[in-house]
Amino acid sequence: MSEPKKVQGDLVLSHVRKSFADFTAVDDLSLTIPKGSFFALLGPSGCGKTTTLRMIAGLEEPTSGKISIGDTDITYTKPYHRPVNTVFQSYALFPHLTIFENVAFGLRRRGIKDVDEAVEKVLGLVELSHLKNRKPGQLSGGQQQRIALARAVVNRPALLLLDEPLGALDLKLRRQMQIELKWIQTKVGITFVHVTHDQEEAMTMADTVAVMNNGKIEQLGSPADLYENPKTVFVANFLGQSNFIDGVVESSDGSNVVANIQGTRITFPKSRNNASGSAIKVGIRPEKFRLHDPGDSTHGNVLIGGKITDISFTGVSTQYLVEMPWKQELVVFEQNDGGAPDLVKGDPVTLSWEPQFTFALDGASK
Amino acid sequence: MIRWLSKNLIRIYAGLAIFYILLPIFYTIAFSFNDADKRNIVWRGFTMDAWLNPCEPIGICEALGNSFKVGLTATFFATILGTMIAFALGRYNFKGRSTTNLLIFLPMATPEVVLGASLLSMFINIGAGAGLMTVIIAHIMFCISFVVVTVKARVASLDPKLEEAARDLYANEWETFRRVTLPLVAPGIAAAALLSFSLSFDDFIITNFNSGTVNTFPEYVWTASLRGVPPQANVIGTVMFIVALAAVFAGQVLGKRKARK
Amino acid sequence: MAIAHVGASDAPKAPEKKSKKFAYLLLAPGLLWLLIFFAFPLINLAETSTKTPAPSFETGEFVQTFRFMNFLDAFVDNQEQFYRSFIYALLATLLALAIAYPLAYAMAFRAGAWKNFLLIMVIAPFFTSFLLRTLAWKQILGAEGPVVSTLQFIGLMAPDGTITATAFSVIMGLTYNFLPFMTLPIYASLDRIDYRLLEASGDLYSNGATTFRKVTLPLSMPGVVAGTLLTFIPASGDYINAQLLGNPDNYMIGNVINSRFFRVVDYPTAASLSFLLMASILVVVLIYIRRAGTDELV
Repeated sequence: MSEPKKVQGDLVLSHVRKSFADFTAVDDLSLTIPKGSFFALLGPSGCGKTTTLRMIAGLEEPTSGKISIGDTDITYTKPYHRPVNTVFQSYALFPHLTIFENVAFGLRRRGIKDVDEAVEKVLGLVELSHLKNRKPGQLSGGQQQRIALARAVVNRPALLLLDEPLGALDLKLRRQMQIELKWIQTKVGITFVHVTHDQEEAMTMADTVAVMNNGKIEQLGSPADLYENPKTVFVANFLGQSNFIDGVVESSDGSNVVANIQGTRITFPKSRNNASGSAIKVGIRPEKFRLHDPGDSTHGNVLIGGKITDISFTGVSTQYLVEMPWKQELVVFEQNDGGAPDLVKGDPVTLSWEPQFTFALDGASK
Repeated sequence: MIRWLSKNLIRIYAGLAIFYILLPIFYTIAFSFNDADKRNIVWRGFTMDAWLNPCEPIGICEALGNSFKVGLTATFFATILGTMIAFALGRYNFKGRSTTNLLIFLPMATPEVVLGASLLSMFINIGAGAGLMTVIIAHIMFCISFVVVTVKARVASLDPKLEEAARDLYANEWETFRRVTLPLVAPGIAAAALLSFSLSFDDFIITNFNSGTVNTFPEYVWTASLRGVPPQANVIGTVMFIVALAAVFAGQVLGKRKARK
Repeated sequence: MAIAHVGASDAPKAPEKKSKKFAYLLLAPGLLWLLIFFAFPLINLAETSTKTPAPSFETGEFVQTFRFMNFLDAFVDNQEQFYRSFIYALLATLLALAIAYPLAYAMAFRAGAWKNFLLIMVIAPFFTSFLLRTLAWKQILGAEGPVVSTLQFIGLMAPDGTITATAFSVIMGLTYNFLPFMTLPIYASLDRIDYRLLEASGDLYSNGATTFRKVTLPLSMPGVVAGTLLTFIPASGDYINAQLLGNPDNYMIGNVINSRFFRVVDYPTAASLSFLLMASILVVVLIYIRRAGTDELV
């Protein structure tokens, strides 16, 4: 019988590093996850997010560094002594036990004799009380996922870890589960750490998102922060799409920066400048652009001389590819609300956007 | 007509093959009911005699008892030793893995004559007399490999995530083994034990080399074959067959019912 | 904010590498058993193979003289049985293959609801004493059995003809004994073939025969290789079938080894023969694996 330590507090990872024989999965990672928040670790396959999760769970040991919850150091604590539970990607329900026993497993190992009430309650929470006597093999993917969640939540851990739990579900079910997970988290109040490669999922559900790449955290912040003001090209391209135009900083005073991009002068707030030198890449999200017939009145920064090279209708919006005089193709999304002019391939257009939506990165960044 | 033939030719062939396989078994069963003379070769008439007096021939039930003693003891130890090796191979990375695999594989590839002869040779050299003990030792030896192969397959197919989930849910190493690993590997261990028992029970060559004056059931049949195998031997053979068949069917039915629930 | 129960033992410490030690612990008993009762006896047998009869010429007494000529002598004296063993084993293997393959094929692809039942029927022989089965064949093929009587009745056999006590019945016995060992691996291989592969082959303009040659047969080769090895190796060392179903002219090397142990107490020769048998099996198997592994099956 293992009773986990009674700990509470923020989860803190401090200079955590995990190396295997031929490569380093997690490289000098430091992170603080506030108690009670819904936190997402976002990144492509192989970026180290799952390894990080496993180290938090205790299923993997860091090569160096420290992991603690509040004041308690849990770096080398065994998983069965940590107040942490995991929802696995493949659910890992015990095939030889009933649903009831699966959910009760953690409680029983902790020596709790009377498990009925807690199990029934959490099964009610995921609305699967009627399946309690079945075996996992008889449940659908979505049901198994909910039971895996119930099995973890019933233990009231300080931390709940979710390893791409929605990966195997179809789109509609996934959307539904995203809402449910968020609802359960707010209701139960446990800190959730959710690992995913789906940026839409992370942005929908999380209060805070950390974008990981090659074992390091590229940027951490609220979904809106990361989206509107990405600090690296990777983050900008991983969350949604971006247009990058090379340019040079001409001057910066007060609260604005004046830059020259491919011959056009633009301004944007200093707070949106993440470049350190004068060579910059100016980033503008496709939906921030507005299309105008040449000569029409415009507002904000303006780029002239564009030509439509492709149009795609996607229902909610229309995607345009616009070739600029310096031979770069920019991507523009216009919502189909009647605001954009009637355009066809080959038409000349002028682009404009509001300066506060610009973001600038180092000119040399990839 | 040709089409029907070509489609069903293979089915007919298979049917004949099955008939061929079962023929001697039917013969054995049938002649357990024979009103036999000493040799039980020619059918003389139906009788339940042999079934009602199964232990009448001298030594037959003693031999059967010995077969069970040897079988159960050897199975017990071989299953434990073999399962331990299977877990070591299936779960851990260690040096000397290929040597271990070789040592496990070789007994299965060595002709029984050689296995039996070499063991007897060693027993003679160290002055140990051949008897029940040496037979049991020999049987444990050749059963271990089969247990390892059977259990290893099961261990390898075990999802390691299940054990991680158990540890994540507050089960320490022992509890994880007891509550998750063992129940899931159990069918494999059971199959290995069954296999081990059948191999031991039916073994003749290795047993013959190492049993001295003690007889197991196959040895009894062998010696009896010179003068005439009594129908009681057929009775025992038939009973073993029915019991094994029943066990297999029971296993199938249980398996189906478990899956349906 | 932080409610923590921290004890002295909670100080973080680097974890120990316990895994490897535990593995060795698990391995030790079983491997030890195999070392003592398999490996050592074989080494002991090797040592015996170079002994010669003791000066006292007492039965069963031998001295170590490192006489490697024993091997040559043993081979030369028993060439006939050696060749015979391998020929019988080869024939039995081929026969078993001929019977088992179509059977396995039918079970894998044409059995439908009967599949499980057929599988049990193939394993059924394991449930009966193989001695009893072999004796049953002796009876069935014997002078007073139905086969001989029928053949004599039809006129295909002379009144004093026999099937038993011939090479034919020995090979037949071997074939029968090892049939399940041939059938099961082939069946396992065939059963694993995704039926859609065969459909795809048909979709790409193959008829049944070509599909079989180009798709099914190559995919079933692992099973065929396993089955032939599992049949050939024990068959070459067998002596039961020869003894029960044959006459001394049919005796195989196994019979010689057996008699050299029990009848004529000649341990060095028996030991030499055992190693010669193992060595030749190894050679045959290696050649076979080399060929089966690299040859294209057209």
